[in-house]
Amino acid sequence: MSVESGMILMPFAGAVACFLFSGRARIIAALTASLLTSAAAAVTVLQVFIHEEMRIPLGGWSQPLGIQLHIDGLSVVFLLMTAVVGLMVSIYSSVFFARQTEERHFWPLWLFLWAGLNSLFMVSDIFNAYVVLELVTICAAALAVLSGKVESLKAGLRYFLIAMAGSLAFLLGVGFLYAETGMLDMFALSEKVTGSLPLAVSFGLMTAGLAMKTALLPFHFWLPPAHGEALAPVSAILSALVIKASFFLMLRLWAGAFDPVVSVYAAQTIGFLGMAAVLWGSYQAVIQSRLKLVIAYSSVGQIGYLFLLFPLVFAVQETTWAAQAWTGGVYHAVSHALAKAAMFMAAGNLLIATGNDRIDNMRNVVGSLPLTTMSLGLAGISLMGLPPSGGFVAKWMLMQAVFASGQWWWAIALVFGGLLTAAYVFRILGHAFVSGDRQENIRPVPLILEAVPLILALGSILIGFRAEEVIFLLEERVLCQIPGGNSP
Amino acid sequence: MNLNFWLPVLVLCSSLVTGLIIFFLKEKQSALRTSLNLIGASFKVVAVHYMAYRLLVLGEIHEASFSMGLGFDFLLRVDFLSLMFLALSSNLWLVTTLYAIGYLEGSANRSRFFGFFSLCVAASTGIALAGNLITFFIFYEFLTLTTYPLVIHRESTAALEAGRNYLWYTISGGSVLFVAIVWLHVLTGPFNFTDTGVLEALGPDRHLTLIFIFALLITGLGVKAALVPLHGWLPVAMIAPAPVSALLHAVAVVKAGAFGIVRVVFDVYGQHFAGFLGLLEPLALVATITIIFGSVRALMQTDLKKRLAYSTVSQVSYITLGTALLAPFSTVAAIVHLAHQGIMKITLFFCAGNIAETLGLHNIRDLNGVGRRMPLTSALFTAAAFGMIGVPPVAGFISKWYLGLGGLEAGQSWVIGVLMLSSLLNAAYFLPIIHSLWFKKPEKPWKELRKSRLEAPWTLLLPTLVTAVMSVLACLWADWTWSPLGVARQIAVGMGVYP
Repeated sequence: MSVESGMILMPFAGAVACFLFSGRARIIAALTASLLTSAAAAVTVLQVFIHEEMRIPLGGWSQPLGIQLHIDGLSVVFLLMTAVVGLMVSIYSSVFFARQTEERHFWPLWLFLWAGLNSLFMVSDIFNAYVVLELVTICAAALAVLSGKVESLKAGLRYFLIAMAGSLAFLLGVGFLYAETGMLDMFALSEKVTGSLPLAVSFGLMTAGLAMKTALLPFHFWLPPAHGEALAPVSAILSALVIKASFFLMLRLWAGAFDPVVSVYAAQTIGFLGMAAVLWGSYQAVIQSRLKLVIAYSSVGQIGYLFLLFPLVFAVQETTWAAQAWTGGVYHAVSHALAKAAMFMAAGNLLIATGNDRIDNMRNVVGSLPLTTMSLGLAGISLMGLPPSGGFVAKWMLMQAVFASGQWWWAIALVFGGLLTAAYVFRILGHAFVSGDRQENIRPVPLILEAVPLILALGSILIGFRAEEVIFLLEERVLCQIPGGNSP
Repeated sequence: MNLNFWLPVLVLCSSLVTGLIIFFLKEKQSALRTSLNLIGASFKVVAVHYMAYRLLVLGEIHEASFSMGLGFDFLLRVDFLSLMFLALSSNLWLVTTLYAIGYLEGSANRSRFFGFFSLCVAASTGIALAGNLITFFIFYEFLTLTTYPLVIHRESTAALEAGRNYLWYTISGGSVLFVAIVWLHVLTGPFNFTDTGVLEALGPDRHLTLIFIFALLITGLGVKAALVPLHGWLPVAMIAPAPVSALLHAVAVVKAGAFGIVRVVFDVYGQHFAGFLGLLEPLALVATITIIFGSVRALMQTDLKKRLAYSTVSQVSYITLGTALLAPFSTVAAIVHLAHQGIMKITLFFCAGNIAETLGLHNIRDLNGVGRRMPLTSALFTAAAFGMIGVPPVAGFISKWYLGLGGLEAGQSWVIGVLMLSSLLNAAYFLPIIHSLWFKKPEKPWKELRKSRLEAPWTLLLPTLVTAVMSVLACLWADWTWSPLGVARQIAVGMGVYP
C-alpha cells in the first residue's frame, strides 16, 4: 500500500473499526486512524514539495481505462489543511462526546467523510469526482443531524436536498461532457474541450451544482441553520472542510478541464455573486444574537472572498498577477478553514460551560475560559485579515491582483467585508472585556477542549508569517493551467 | 552573537514578551507583575541607549529582516528617526509603568491591563523600527488591537461606547491605509524606506495616481494622528485611565500616526518629490486647520482631560505642519516636536491623573486653590502648560521657534501668524487653569481619596517630576549634541536637508 492510497484506505479502515468496536477501543481506533492519515498526508506533501507532482495509476491499469490519482501542489495544500483540521477535530471529539450516544455514529461518519475528502483532492476523473463528492455530501448531511434535535433535523434535511440538487446538476453536466468528448479525465480534457453549446451547458451545470454545495449566494440559505445547529466538532468539519471540497473541484474544472471555454462573463458573474455574499453574509453575521449563527453567517461572507479568485484569475488581460490571485484565493480557503474550525470549537466550549451561546451571555464565562476567548480573538484577527495572519496574506495577494488587473471594484468587497468582519468579531470580543457578574453554575471545560481551538487559531495566525512554501506549491507544482503560472 | 541583528529584536521583544508573560499571571501576583514590568521597561531603556550609542558613535547599522515570502521582507532597521521615537517610547514606558502601578493599585483586571499595556508599547516600538511600509503597517494594526482593551478598561457603558467609536475610526483608517499600501506596491514592487527615488522613477504618467495614493495614505494615518476631520475618536477615548491617556497621547497612537506621516513624506515620497507633486500645500493647510480647530475646541471644554485631549489634536499637527514645509528648520521642528510634545503632554496627563486620584476633581471649575493642597503637582502642571504655550525655558519654545524659522525660510510667512494665533489660544485655555490652581481660594474642603505622606503617592509624583524636568532640560540643554534638538538636527543633516 502506498502512502498516497493510505490516505484513503486508512480512514476507511478506521471507520469500519469504529463501527465494530465500542467504548475505549473505538476511540483508540479512531485516533490511530486519524493520526496515521495525517502522517500519510504529511509525507505526501513533503514528496510533492521536494520532488514533483505525482500521477499514480490505481490497480495497475493505465489510462484511459484505469483510475488515476493526481497529486499536485493544489491537492497537497488541501490535503494538508484537511489533515491538520481533521486531526484536531478528532482529538477534540474524543473528549467532546465523552461516551455519549452520538459517538457511535459520529466516528464512522467522520472517518468516511475524511476518506471522501482525501480522494476528492487527488481525483483526476470527473465521474469519480462525482462519486466521492456524493460520499462527502451524504456523510456531511448525516453528521449535521447527529444531535437529533428538531431544528437540526429541519436544517439537515434542507441541506441534504440542496446538496442533492447540486449533485444532480453536476452529474448532468458530467453526462453532457462525456457525450460530447468521450472522456472524463480532467487533465486531458482541456485538449478536447471546445466552445460548443453542449459543453457550455455542461460547464454551467457543473459550476452551478458546485456553487450550491459551496453555499455561494444565492444558494447560501441552507448553510447558517445547518452549521449553526450542528454539534461543535461537526460544525467545524462542515465549515472548514466540506464546503472547501466543492470549491476545490470548481478550481480544478475552471483551471483544468474547462480552461478553453471559461469566459470573462462567467468569471465576472461569479465574482459579483461572491462580492454580494461577502457583504450580505457579513452583514447578517453582525446582526445575529447567537454566537454559532454569527460564525455560520461569517462563513457565508468568507466563502464570498473565495469566489473573487475567478474574475481575478480568469478574466484578466495581463496574466502576470493572475497567479497572485490564484494563490491568494487558495490561501484564504486554508486560513479560513483553520480560523473557522477554531471558532466553532470555541463556541462549543461556551455551550458546554453555560448551556447556551447567546452573545450577551458571554461576559459571564470569559473569566473562566480565558483560552477559549483567546482562540476566538486570534481566529477573529485572521478573519478580519489584520496582519500578521493567514487572512492578511490572502487579502494582500487578492488586493494586489485587484489593482494590477484594474478591476478596482473588487476592492469594495475586500475593504467593506473587512470592516463588517471587524464589526462582528469585536461584537463578540467586546463582551470578552467586560467582567460582568460571575455565574455560579458554569460547568468546567476540559483543558483539551480549550487547547484544540487555540492551536488551530494560532495556526491561522502563524501561516501569515511564512507564505513562501505554499506559494511554491501552488504556483510551481501544479498540473493544471493557471494563467501566468507555469504551464504543465 | 551578532548584535546588529539581535539588538533590534531584543528591543522589540523586551515589551512583547513581558506583555505575553503578564497575561498568564494571577491577579494576586502583583509583586511579580510589578517587578516583571519594571525589569522589562528598564531593560528596554538600557538596550535602546546602547543601540543609540552603537549607531551614533560607532556607526553600526542595526538591521533584522525576515522574508515573509510575498516578495517583501519583514524588516526592522534602526535609523536616526526610529531612534528618536524609540528613545521617547522606551523612556516614557518606564515612567508610565511606574505611574500606572501607583495609579491602578488595588483595582481589578490588572494583569489584563499591564499585558496589553506592554503589547501596546511593543507595537509602537515596532512602528519605530519598521524599515518598510509593510512592516510599519503590521505594527500599526497591532497597535489598534492592543489599545482597544486599554480604552475600554473601565468596562462602563461609556467606556465601551468610546471603545467602539475608537475601533470604527482606526479600523476604517487601517483599511484605507491598506488599500494605499497595496496600490503603491503594485506600482513599484517592494521597497524599503532607505530606497530613495523609487516613486520619482515611475515617470510622469503615474503622477496622478501617486497624488491619489498620497491622499489615501494621509487619510489612513490621519485617523490616528487626529487630523481634522478624523479626530473624533480622541476626545471620547479620554474615558480611559490616566496612564493610558498619557501613553496614547504622548507615545503610542497619536504619535504613531504623526510618525507615519513623517515617514511617508520623507522616506516614501521624499520631501522634494512631494513638493514637486504639489502635495505639501494641502497637507500644510489641513495641519493648520487642525491646529486652530483643536485649540478653539479645547477652549470650550470644561473637563480637564478633554481640554488636554483637544490640545493634543492641535499640538500633534505641529509635527505635520513642520513636515509639510519645505525648509530645513521646519524639518527639525517636526522631528523635535515628536519628542517635545510627548514629554510635555505626558506631564500634563500625569498631573490631571494625580489631581483626579487624590482629590477626585475632574472639572476645571473645581480646581480652585489646588495649588495649596498639591503644590508640586500644580507647579509641574504649570511648567508643562507654559511649554505648550511656547514660553521659554520649556521644550515647546524650541519647537515653535524652529517652526517659525522654517516658515520664514520657506517663504511662507503665514506660518508665523498661525503660530501666534495658536499660542494665543493655548494661553487662553491654559492660563485660566493655572490661575485657578494658584490664585483662587478653595470653595469647599478637599475629599481625600488616598492617604499618603506626600501630597500624592510617590509612584504618581516621581514620574510626573521626571517628565517635567525632562521638558525643561530639553530646552535648557538644547544645544547639547544628544538633546532631542541635537538629534533632530543630525537627522535633518542625514536627510541632506540641513546645512
